[in-house]
Amino acid sequence: MEGKKIRVLIAKPGLNGHDRGAKVVARALRDAGMEVIYTGLRQTPEQIVETAIQEDVDVIGLSILSGAHTHLFPKVMELLKENSIKDIIVIGGGVIPEEDISELKKVGIAKIFTPGTDTRDIIKFIKEKVN
Amino acid sequence: MFDKEEMKKIKQSKKEWENNVVQKTLKRFPERKDKFVTGSGKEVERLYTPVNLEESDHNKDLNFPGQYPYTRGVQPTMYRGRFWTMRQYAGFGTAEESNKRYKYLLDQGQNGLSVAFDLPTQIGYDSDNDMSLGEVGKVGVVIDSLKDMEMLFDGIPLDKVSTSMTINAPAPVLLAMYIAVAEKQGVAPDKLKGTIQNDVLKEYIARGTYIFPPAPSMRLITNIFEFCFKEMPLWNTISISGYHIREAGATAVQEVAFTLADGIAYVDAAIKIGLKVDDFAPRLSFFFNAHNDLLEEVAKFRAARRLWAKIMKERFGAENEKSLILRFHTQTAGCTLTAQQPDNNITRVTIQALAAVLGGTQSLHTNSRDEALALPAEDSVRIALRTQQVLAYESGVTETVDPLAGSYYVETLTNEIEKQALEYIEKIDKLGGVTQAIEKGFIQQEIQNSAYQYQKDIEESKRIVVGVNKFKIKEGLPKGLLKVNPEVGRRQVEELKKLKEGRDNHKVKENLKLLEKAAKTDTNLMPLILDCVKSYATLGEICDVLRSIFGEYKESVKL
Repeated sequence: MEGKKIRVLIAKPGLNGHDRGAKVVARALRDAGMEVIYTGLRQTPEQIVETAIQEDVDVIGLSILSGAHTHLFPKVMELLKENSIKDIIVIGGGVIPEEDISELKKVGIAKIFTPGTDTRDIIKFIKEKVN
Repeated sequence: MFDKEEMKKIKQSKKEWENNVVQKTLKRFPERKDKFVTGSGKEVERLYTPVNLEESDHNKDLNFPGQYPYTRGVQPTMYRGRFWTMRQYAGFGTAEESNKRYKYLLDQGQNGLSVAFDLPTQIGYDSDNDMSLGEVGKVGVVIDSLKDMEMLFDGIPLDKVSTSMTINAPAPVLLAMYIAVAEKQGVAPDKLKGTIQNDVLKEYIARGTYIFPPAPSMRLITNIFEFCFKEMPLWNTISISGYHIREAGATAVQEVAFTLADGIAYVDAAIKIGLKVDDFAPRLSFFFNAHNDLLEEVAKFRAARRLWAKIMKERFGAENEKSLILRFHTQTAGCTLTAQQPDNNITRVTIQALAAVLGGTQSLHTNSRDEALALPAEDSVRIALRTQQVLAYESGVTETVDPLAGSYYVETLTNEIEKQALEYIEKIDKLGGVTQAIEKGFIQQEIQNSAYQYQKDIEESKRIVVGVNKFKIKEGLPKGLLKVNPEVGRRQVEELKKLKEGRDNHKVKENLKLLEKAAKTDTNLMPLILDCVKSYATLGEICDVLRSIFGEYKESVKL
């Protein structure tokens, strides 16, 4: 993997407008040498998967603080599956209760980062997973 | 505030103190850090003295409470007359569930309501819209039509409570619904007390629930100013909000600057359509954040009040005293709440609420300890409300007006925040005003830089967050969190279907057509929206009509 930058799509599915976390993480990943694309607000799962394919990303990072993760995160996973995409790692972040995390992991979300996460832990996780 | 001779003496003794006393101490006990900063990263001196206030003039800069420039408060007696309004922001699930929570809060001694709407409602989508999937009833109550609004305020006398509604892009629709519910209770619009947030500029900047582009949004906002001036003299037509700007990462100075810059844009827009400044300005209200740094926050509120008074007087030539005063609601800072050791949040909220009270707030929401994890459970909300009651009845800070005035530090901070906020406002003026500054991404970028710095400071342990990067413990899973009933969405869609079958659809169509026609002219749309609402046209139907004429806003994304 030397020489090739890790490509990450940071996406805001749903109607939630709180993007402080998404933007901070996007910048931290960029400062860590990754290529980061940020979708902006109000993306449908369809739009996110389409962008991920077009941009040929290694990682999708989904951010939701409204509680709609139980619906929208699995939808993204479903669409990836429909498109036979298996090599994109999907991670999530936001106000996500512990009991939902195990459900999200079951549908294939690699990791959920909750409030108080150190961005260096996210960087480390991505680097380990992609390489 | 000190005469020249005295100032000279103070300066001399300060120098001596520094050279003799301080230096000696520093040799034996070095300070904890090389540089001390406020919560917003502003450098703090070791000691503040009259020297810092050399240029200050008591009557010009402070004066007395209830007098220009209102640094010391908007009323002469402040909390000696009446406490602030204790107003907890609440709403989730269906109108029926939220109605129950409101009645509980009123029973617990809260004296004003504050309605949280779910995201589809805030963005003008009905529950059956594809975009609403997974979001119905999640972050607030779902309102599709007047029918839901009737349920929401069932058994709550609207002539007795004041109601604040966090609604922006579709504010005219929700305001119309509120008027219609009141009418059914036999309460006339001119008796209604409350606030609609109605501040779309900060939605573009920080909060994200915009619908229309800036120009038609400003039109809807000024339509409300005009309508309320005639029909609802007690209603706050807008709550110009720094809260969300701060939550997005802004510093205290940026919060004041961008909020007042938004305020300037609204005043400009209203004057442009022919309203007189003293007709609408008395009903403008503000909404600020109370963050962790107690004294900096107190100074921030005082600075905002003084700067706004000057802007209204000098820039807009307002003459009515009520046009000059900055009345504000405060919410404690959600972004400071930690998911780790959540009970510690009670302490944070106490400090923040104290800042709001010492800063002279008119109303206050205190966050609940569990909000970094979920919507607050009932007992958490009760503790948050009790925190306000302890401050009001037990702390003693309410017994005199503006008790921190005259503190060399607080007055210096007040002066500095005012000065730096004004510099930002001048910069925004040069960019062509707030709308331009937003479209260029300037304001968003400034906030993002501050947010990133804040995070880096935490990760480098330059900023300590108790329980997060210091004093950590191993914790079990949090218990007793509130979970919104997942059935809400499905149930609401069924109700909506029933509503559409049961109403006079011919009438609805007719009213929507009239609205469409009027939207193409520059008629005030409030009366037409009121007609639509009364015929049980849905929020989504009304907003779709407006979307078809006004178009939709697209954010400019920059990292």
